[in-house]
Amino acid sequence: METYLFVLFAVIAIASALGMILNKSTVNSALMLVINLVTLSGIYLLLNAQFLALIQILVYAGAIMVLFLFVIMLLNVDDEESLFAKFRVKYFIAFLLGSVIFAQILYSIGGAAELLPEISSDMLEAGTVEALGDVLYTDFLFTFEMTAILLTAAVVGALMLAQFQVKKDEDSE
Amino acid sequence: MVGIDWYLALSAILFTIGAIGVLIRRNAIVVFMCVELMLNAVNLSLISFSAFHGDVTGQILVFFSLSVAAAEAVVGLAIIISIFRNNLSVDITKVNLLRW
Repeated sequence: METYLFVLFAVIAIASALGMILNKSTVNSALMLVINLVTLSGIYLLLNAQFLALIQILVYAGAIMVLFLFVIMLLNVDDEESLFAKFRVKYFIAFLLGSVIFAQILYSIGGAAELLPEISSDMLEAGTVEALGDVLYTDFLFTFEMTAILLTAAVVGALMLAQFQVKKDEDSE
Repeated sequence: MVGIDWYLALSAILFTIGAIGVLIRRNAIVVFMCVELMLNAVNLSLISFSAFHGDVTGQILVFFSLSVAAAEAVVGLAIIISIFRNNLSVDITKVNLLRW
């Protein structure tokens, strides 16, 4: 059953990722990415990471992708000319580079695969909110607070970037 | 039982697709989404390592990577909007602010 689910999720994830980068329409790309994120969340559940599977859907598929769709709709840019209209050297180099990176990663996985241990029995409890929160608020408390500062800085920075032009126009008038 | 190598292979494939997308797409928003895809591929490998080693630290790292991705998306989209205001385009080949 687990193998069947993994193969199903993996095929959907790869297909939607390919669909995302090959789609001409930006909105369709965003929707493909949502499918990809949801299937990845299913894979997290297979790996007993319940909390992160939930967070994946809430934060990524919910918050971040809505932000992306909002910006796409706001800017109304849906006019990228067909992707492979004319063959360019740039695309060939991109494909070559991607294949080389891919082959390199696969090779290193093949080397390491036999050395890795099997899943341990105490892992069944490790993905829950309690287990994660226990470590998060003790060992990683400082990092957690740094995250809070980072997110605050990001919000302030986004406000600055969005406001800047408007303020300048008001001054010049 | 699916071994860790399958999860890592899926992660590698997704990361590669994301990297190719960053290289071939010209729409800045799609490039951003490809970066998100790459971040997710790394998250997947972190979680599979965490699951197969029985260590919760990998999942904590994914938590932080999620928050960094959220911050990056907010700031990045704000930058894209301000570029669009100046250029009326989000085509990254037409942006030459840092080019000399």
